[in-house]
Amino acid sequence: MIQTSNKLTNYKIDLFIILIFNQIFGQFMKLFFNFGRYFILMKRTFSKPEKVSIYRARVFEEIDILGIGSLGIVAIISVFIGAVITIQSAFNFINPLVPIYAVGCAVRDSMILEFSPAIISLILAGKIGSSIASEIGTMRITEQIDALEIMGINSASYLIQPKIIACVIFSPVLVIFSMFLGIMGGYVFGLLTGVVTNYEYIIGITYNFRPYNVVYALIKAGVFAFIFASVPAYHGYYTKGGSLEVGKSSTKGVVYSSVLILAFDLILTQLLLA
Amino acid sequence: MIIGESGSGKTALIRCMVGLNEIDSGEVLFDDRNFYGLDFTGKKAIRKEIGMLFQGGALFDSKTVEENVVFPLSMFTDLSVSEKRDRANFCLQRVNLVNANNLFPSELSGGMKKRVAIARAIAVQPKYLFCDEPNSGLDPKTSIVIDSLIKEITEEYAITTVVITHDMNSVIEIGDHIMFIYKGSKWWEGGKDEILKSDNEEVQDFVYATKFMKDLRTKL
Repeated sequence: MIQTSNKLTNYKIDLFIILIFNQIFGQFMKLFFNFGRYFILMKRTFSKPEKVSIYRARVFEEIDILGIGSLGIVAIISVFIGAVITIQSAFNFINPLVPIYAVGCAVRDSMILEFSPAIISLILAGKIGSSIASEIGTMRITEQIDALEIMGINSASYLIQPKIIACVIFSPVLVIFSMFLGIMGGYVFGLLTGVVTNYEYIIGITYNFRPYNVVYALIKAGVFAFIFASVPAYHGYYTKGGSLEVGKSSTKGVVYSSVLILAFDLILTQLLLA
Repeated sequence: MIIGESGSGKTALIRCMVGLNEIDSGEVLFDDRNFYGLDFTGKKAIRKEIGMLFQGGALFDSKTVEENVVFPLSMFTDLSVSEKRDRANFCLQRVNLVNANNLFPSELSGGMKKRVAIARAIAVQPKYLFCDEPNSGLDPKTSIVIDSLIKEITEEYAITTVVITHDMNSVIEIGDHIMFIYKGSKWWEGGKDEILKSDNEEVQDFVYATKFMKDLRTKL
């Protein structure tokens, strides 16, 4: 009786291990499948356009929709974050050995190194990424992509390429805009709340300034823009089903692009600053 | 015409014919050119000769009626703006759609969407026209109008038209050569008059499914 019970327990453990292994293996295969399909899509996306003039017009159209349309949210967030960093830094720099102009340095470096390129990209991944995934996903389920293919048009190139180019071109502009507004927001709110003087803040933001940090931020902005445009586009392009699946593709696009942005933030920081 | 019950494989067949689905075996020939044996450029050349009318119209949401019809002309011709507009207006008039140039697809009725889709398909003067259930979601009167339009355009432009439907009225109205699909296979093939007299059990079940058709059989 005991022997039978032991055999059953061993059998259950074996089965459990096999199931776990199967699950992990399945997830890995799915990951490889998605990687492969993503790169094939990107190859199709960056193939020669049918008519350059139409693609050029589409890039400007996308810059207007995706880029100019994001100026407002970027401005609001940057001003308030700059102000918050100023007040928080002033509140924490209580050591008399730390000069008060260090507040300006903290705002400048926080905005340039991390907030403007990375956090703004995460916000844009939510705003632009979901818009791209849902637009392309809806086109897929309503057979508009099939209609393009029937006409002999490379649908991946026509739909995705202008969006990626627009994001990669315009994202650095948004990042510079964010840096400027963040530092200005810190300055205005610093003066209004009286935590820092005009002179100290100006000294702080100019003290030991490294122009390379801006270059580093712009490189990051370009890479992140490619991620938050292409990953949701991939999920939208391969949507199957109905409106529910469009929503799922949109969520997946935002989640995966956000995770990739964070991973590449770490990789690029190590490569460019270390 | 390709007819058959829902889920019999009609749409899958037409998608294979136009190259939207990959085939496991066999050939799809366009004037002796095997579509699946061609490279990307060859396939693209054939696709430029194909017009397709999708079930839902598949009009581009972000473009107006006129822009939808002009779109294939902009992509594949070097016509001037006014020439493209003239051609679009001609096609829209041909499908009896006037004063709708500046409307968006969301502002159109089902029948109007189908007309715009037909206008877009004929704008580049295709050699082959594929229609996937052109009457789905339309009232009987509009269905007849769309059927007649497809028939007129086929004869006027001397194009080969393949229509998928499960509407027997369409079959009788515009059917020429009919193929019956059953459970994913070709089950029967013949003319319009032959299908009404066919003794094939599955074909009879399909053709005489409605009371109206049963009464018609009794009269025949």
